[in-house]
Amino acid sequence: MADKQQKLLMGNEAMGRGLVEAGCTLVSAYPGTPSSEILGSVVANIGDAAEPLHVEWSVNEKVAFEVALANSYTGKRSAVIMKQVGLNVAADPFTRSTYLGVKGGFVLIVADDPGPHSSQTEQDTRLFALFAKAPVFDPSSPAEAREMITAAFELSEQYEIPVILRPTTRICHSRQNITLGKPLHLQRQAAFEKNPGRWVATPAFLTGLHSELNDKLAAISTEERLKPFPVSKSSPEKEGRVPCIIASGMAFANVFDLLDELDMLNQVQLYQVKMPFPLNREFCRQIRERDEKVLILEETDTVIEMQLGLREARGRLSGHVPGQGELTPDIIHTLLLDFLDLPRPETVESGPPARGRRPSLCPGCPHRASFFAIKRTFPKGIFPSDIGCYTLGMNLGAVDTCHCMGACISMGAGFYHAYAQDGPDYPTIVVTIGDSTFFHAGIPALVNAVTQKARIIVTILDNSTTAMTGQQPTPQSGVLADGSPGNQAFIPDLVKASGVRFLRECDPYDIKGFSALLKEADQFCRGDQGGVAVLIAKHPCLMDKSNQLKQDVIEMEISDDCIGCGICVNQFECPAISLDEEEEQASIDPDLCVGCGICDQVCPTGSIVRKGGSQS
Amino acid sequence: MKQQIIVSGMGGQGILFLTRIIAGAGVSMGLEIMTSETHGMAQRGGSVISFVKAGPFRSPLVRQGQGDIGLFLHADNLDVHQGLLRSGADLFVNTSKTGSYKNISATELARKMGSNVLTNLIMLGFATKYNSLFCGQEQLETAIREISRERFIDSNLAAFRRGLEG
Repeated sequence: MADKQQKLLMGNEAMGRGLVEAGCTLVSAYPGTPSSEILGSVVANIGDAAEPLHVEWSVNEKVAFEVALANSYTGKRSAVIMKQVGLNVAADPFTRSTYLGVKGGFVLIVADDPGPHSSQTEQDTRLFALFAKAPVFDPSSPAEAREMITAAFELSEQYEIPVILRPTTRICHSRQNITLGKPLHLQRQAAFEKNPGRWVATPAFLTGLHSELNDKLAAISTEERLKPFPVSKSSPEKEGRVPCIIASGMAFANVFDLLDELDMLNQVQLYQVKMPFPLNREFCRQIRERDEKVLILEETDTVIEMQLGLREARGRLSGHVPGQGELTPDIIHTLLLDFLDLPRPETVESGPPARGRRPSLCPGCPHRASFFAIKRTFPKGIFPSDIGCYTLGMNLGAVDTCHCMGACISMGAGFYHAYAQDGPDYPTIVVTIGDSTFFHAGIPALVNAVTQKARIIVTILDNSTTAMTGQQPTPQSGVLADGSPGNQAFIPDLVKASGVRFLRECDPYDIKGFSALLKEADQFCRGDQGGVAVLIAKHPCLMDKSNQLKQDVIEMEISDDCIGCGICVNQFECPAISLDEEEEQASIDPDLCVGCGICDQVCPTGSIVRKGGSQS
Repeated sequence: MKQQIIVSGMGGQGILFLTRIIAGAGVSMGLEIMTSETHGMAQRGGSVISFVKAGPFRSPLVRQGQGDIGLFLHADNLDVHQGLLRSGADLFVNTSKTGSYKNISATELARKMGSNVLTNLIMLGFATKYNSLFCGQEQLETAIREISRERFIDSNLAAFRRGLEG
C-alpha cells in the first residue's frame, strides 16, 4: 500500500507533496521564511510525479510568478511559491492575472508570518487577495494545507482564476502525520490558444474582463462546498442562542483546542472559515441574522470581520482582539474567557519572560569580517543594508538601515544625494547586499545609482548561496533547484555592464586587505571622476559544512596579555568568544570555534593568538 | 493520552532533530502527533524552542503553564521558556548546577564522546530514563535509526544510551 503510506511531514513538505500529487508541471519560487522548504519538498517528491515537472528557484518573485503564469496559459497546472512580502514584489503580474484569468490550474502559495518571526512586515495576504480579487484558502493544519491544494486547483480550473493558498508560519513549520496520495496523471500537452483580447488586454478590454472577474467571485461566494460550517457539537435547537465564534487558519486550531480544554466545545457555535475571501454570501446572511454575540479570530488583519460587517461583533476592528501580532493560544485563552464570561485564573505577576539570546552571525561567518572592516575603516559612515543573514550586521554597528530586498543600493544613493547637496564633506556611504539579494532586486538599483551619479561604496557580500533560507543556489551557482547543472550569470559581469568603473574583489577573511580596498574605493568615490565603487567580498558560507571542511582550521587561544577590553566581544561578536568581566579576560569556546583564525586581526593588544603563540 | 513536550535550546544545538526523533517515535506508535519548530533568522545561535504534542490536538502550540515535560539543552533558556510548563511538570536540564529539576552535564559528556553535537541525544536518553515521555527506549531507538543519517546512527545511539545511564 505504497500510496497509503503515513509520514510525519512539515507543513511545507506536505504542501510540496500536494503540488506533485495535483499533477503540477511547473513550480517556481523564490526562497523566504516561512515558505522556503516547499519547493525543496517538490524536488524531493519529483520521483513520484506522474507528469514531467519543471522546478525553479527564480531570480525573484515577480519572475517566478510570470514563468508559472505562462505555463498555465498553455493549459497545464502551475504553482508559484513565496513569502508574504514576496507578493509585494510580484504584485504587478498578480493583480492583472485575476482580470485576465488562467487556463490550467494556477495556485499561488503565499506564506504569511504573523508575529512576525522572520519578516519585515506581518501583512495579511488574504487582504491582498481581496484587493486583487483572488479567492484565498486559509488552512489550519499541514494536512489541511495539502488537501486545499487539490481544492484550489479544481476551483482555479472551474473559474479560470488564480487561487491563493495562504499558510502561516505555524502551518509551514509544524509537523503532522500525513497520508500520502497518488500523483495525478493529467497528460496535458502545451496548447496556448491565442486570444489578444484576453492575453494582451489593452485598456479597452479591461472593463469587460473586470466585469467577468466580478461575476466569477460572485459565483464562488455562493459555492455550497466553500460555505463555513459549524464544527462544534452544540445542538441544532440551540443555534442562534449560543455564543458564536468564527475563526480561520491557525487561530481556528488554537481556539478549538482551548474550547476542548475548557470543555466548552458544545456550549458555543464554532465555525471554521476555510475561504476567507470571497466569504460565502449565505453564511454572511445567516450570521448577520443571529442575536447572540460573535467573536471573530483571524490572522493577521480583518478580512472576515470586514466582509461580515457586524456592528456588535468582537474582533480586531472592534478593538476586543489585538490589532496586531500573532493570535497565540495565550492571547486567545484570555479573549475566550472574557467572551464566555468565565473568570480569569489568578496569576502571579511575574513580568514578561526574558527575551533569550539574540541571534548572531555564525562563528567563522565571512560577513562578520566584512562588517568589522567596514565599521573600523569608516567609524562615521552610513551603512544601508538589506535582507538576509547579514542584517545581523546591526549587532556590529555596521548596518544602519534594512528595508526591503535591494533597497540598500537605492537608499544609499538617496543618502548620498541628501548629504552631497549640503557640501563636499559627505559621510562615506557603504551599502551591504548579499549575492542572492543582488540578483533579486539589486541590479536595477545599481544601474540607477550609477547613472544618477551617486558616490557610494556597494559591497556585495558574496557567500555563493542564499544562506538565511537554507542554502538555495543563486544564479551564479550554476546549479538548478533539482541539483542539475544550469547556466551561470556572473556578478562581476553584471556590475561592469551596469556602468560601474571601480570593481575589486577580495576575501574578507583578510580584514587588512579588505580595509585597504575600502579606503581605495572611498578615494575613487570622492575623486574628480568618482561614482559608484563596487567591492565583492567573496567567501563561501560555512553553514554548508563542505565549505567548512575545505578551509584550514586555525586553532586560536587567548594569551595572558588580554586586558579584557571587550572589543572582540562587542565589536566583533563571535559567538565563540566570551568575556569574563570580573576576571577581565576573554575566552574561546572550543565547541563553537570553527578555526577561521580571523580574530587575531581584531584584538588591539594582539592577545588572540594562534595556538603555539605566533600571530599571523 | 495527551502529552505536551517543549524542547528548548540555542540555534545549532539540534533542537529540530530531537523534535523529529520524539515525533517519529509517536507516529510509529500510531499516535496523532503535531510539532512546531523555529526556522529562519532565530536559528542563528539565538534561543529556539520546539513543541511536540501527542494525542488529539489541532494546534501545534503550547500555552503558558500547559507543558508536561521540558527538555532544556541550554540552562540560560530557563528564564525564557520555563513558564510554558505546568506545575509538577518533568524538567530536564543540561547543566552541572543542581536545582528544582533533573540535571545532567550533557555537553561535557558529549564532548567526551567526541562531539558536542551529541548533547541533544544524551538529553533525550536522560529524560527517557525517568519514563516520563509518552514513548520508551525501544521506539526512540527505532526513530533514531530511521531519521539519523547512516554514518551517524551508531554515535547517535551511543549518545542516547549514555544519557539513559544518567
